[in-house]
Amino acid sequence: MSGALRFVRRNPTIAVGALMLLAVALAAVFAPLIAGDPLLLVPIDRLLPPSAAHLLGTDHLGRDVFARAVYGARISLIVGLSVAVVSIAIGLAIGLAAGYWRRFDAVVMRFMDGLMAIPSILLAIALVSLNRASVGIVIVAITIPEVPRIVRLVRSVVLTVREMPYIEAAVSGGSPARKIILRHILPSTIAPLIVQGTYITASAILVEAGLSFLGAGVPPEIPTWGNMIAGSRLYVGRAPWTIFAPGVLLALVILAVNLLGDGLRDRLDVRLARRM
Amino acid sequence: MTGTIVRRLLSMLPVMAIVAVCVFLLLHLAPGDPAAIIAGDNVTAENIALIRAKLGLDQPVWKQFLVWVWALLHGDLGSSMFWGDPVISLIAQRAAPTLSLAFTTLVVAVTLAIGMGVLAAARVGTWVDRVVMGISVTGFSVPVFVVGYGLVFIFAHQLHWLPVQGYRPLSEGFLPWLRNLTLPSIALGLAYVALIARITRTTMLEVLAEDYMRTARAKGVAVAPMLLKHALKNAAVPIATVVGNGVALLIGGVVITETVFNIPGIGRLVVDAIARRDYPIIQGVIMVFSGVYVFVNLLVDLSYTLFDPRVRG
Repeated sequence: MSGALRFVRRNPTIAVGALMLLAVALAAVFAPLIAGDPLLLVPIDRLLPPSAAHLLGTDHLGRDVFARAVYGARISLIVGLSVAVVSIAIGLAIGLAAGYWRRFDAVVMRFMDGLMAIPSILLAIALVSLNRASVGIVIVAITIPEVPRIVRLVRSVVLTVREMPYIEAAVSGGSPARKIILRHILPSTIAPLIVQGTYITASAILVEAGLSFLGAGVPPEIPTWGNMIAGSRLYVGRAPWTIFAPGVLLALVILAVNLLGDGLRDRLDVRLARRM
Repeated sequence: MTGTIVRRLLSMLPVMAIVAVCVFLLLHLAPGDPAAIIAGDNVTAENIALIRAKLGLDQPVWKQFLVWVWALLHGDLGSSMFWGDPVISLIAQRAAPTLSLAFTTLVVAVTLAIGMGVLAAARVGTWVDRVVMGISVTGFSVPVFVVGYGLVFIFAHQLHWLPVQGYRPLSEGFLPWLRNLTLPSIALGLAYVALIARITRTTMLEVLAEDYMRTARAKGVAVAPMLLKHALKNAAVPIATVVGNGVALLIGGVVITETVFNIPGIGRLVVDAIARRDYPIIQGVIMVFSGVYVFVNLLVDLSYTLFDPRVRG
């Protein structure tokens, strides 16, 4: 127990960020136990302010804002984590190959520069509108613009590491390229990728909310923080809780992920350009 | 100097060519059938075939690509499926509100952020520094539309100081124009301010630790000229880089800000196109905004020579 306390005192940002995320994740997983039906319409209870019966009030269709916010956390967390995992997996493979084989590098990096120049939210809007709305396509659409960031990061690590004497030793010892990459280079990319992964999770949650807000996100019948805000936009003056309950939650979750990322960056001692 | 500018302008062409290839591949090799999606539910097979023919989707992929690139080179971004007008003229009609918003946001955000960053670095470790860093972390975490509705709630609904939404062209007077752009610019600029203030503080701290800064202090240079002429000028290159890269934030944010404040700009054009599946518009705006991004970063590259003579040559 004292060990855990010492960790919290030395790494307050990691602890605060992780605890906030844990609370939201638990609420999302056990949503049916703590919240009512997020889709239930009770027209007579329209735009009720927060009360004991409706912790965060009701929206313009008489739906419980608390229930919708709790279920909305599911989409934010699923999309955020999936985008981080998938973009790291793809970016890591391309980045390792580009850092190691120079000819592959020349072609691939030009494509990555091109991808980086395309505004990511517009690209995601286009991909979602050309396909039937689903959680899967939203994840793919947010992942694609994140991949070049990972590729650049991994490639820069590989380019630094491959000049090290121990790589030279492995090469002259006759180790095959595959073994050198997996055994000797891959481990150096793990710490920066963990940190970058948290930033990507934060940015994916932000972009998903933006897409839902613009009507280019997951199917509208699934409650998300973004489409809750979009649906209530006419009631910001009359029923501010319908906008600010999901809005504040969204900001707090992104803040928690960013705090976790900053804490991990300082603790793992990786020098990274933050974002961009 | 002119030679350098021309050479750099020409260097935009290959980048834009790669952007075109990426946009085309991503939108045309996607698994869904765009014609069926655009047609919507409850339509006949002939209807879908008609849309496919209209968009040229019945041609082989390589031919579609050549047709599209050939048109692009002539400044033709295709025609809106809903309005029938050329996409390029739709974008031109909507450009003024978007440019106004971008201009006010850039001016206010860059000035404010550099000021905040310099102040935080000069007073590092004090409450000034903590406030600036706090604003910076918040700016990264609060989405544009949450900031936007927060500002609307406080300054429009509660205090009645500024309009809830809408846009007034500059021709109707400077003050109405500015009043309508104030809240959108703050909402759009917050993340950008956070980004620039942070990098300004970091690079200023590095420069302030240099030997020549100690010399300046020792020979009695006043604080303001020391910070601005000695330190900020030497910190300018990394700051300019982030100002350029951060334009990506603004471009994404414009689409959302124009929706929150009901500004009839290019962003609204895209959002209206989503509901109508009007994908020539979406594709056209992607190309234009990517071009803007590449061009702004070219200007940033050229600006290095102003700050740092070593880059010249």
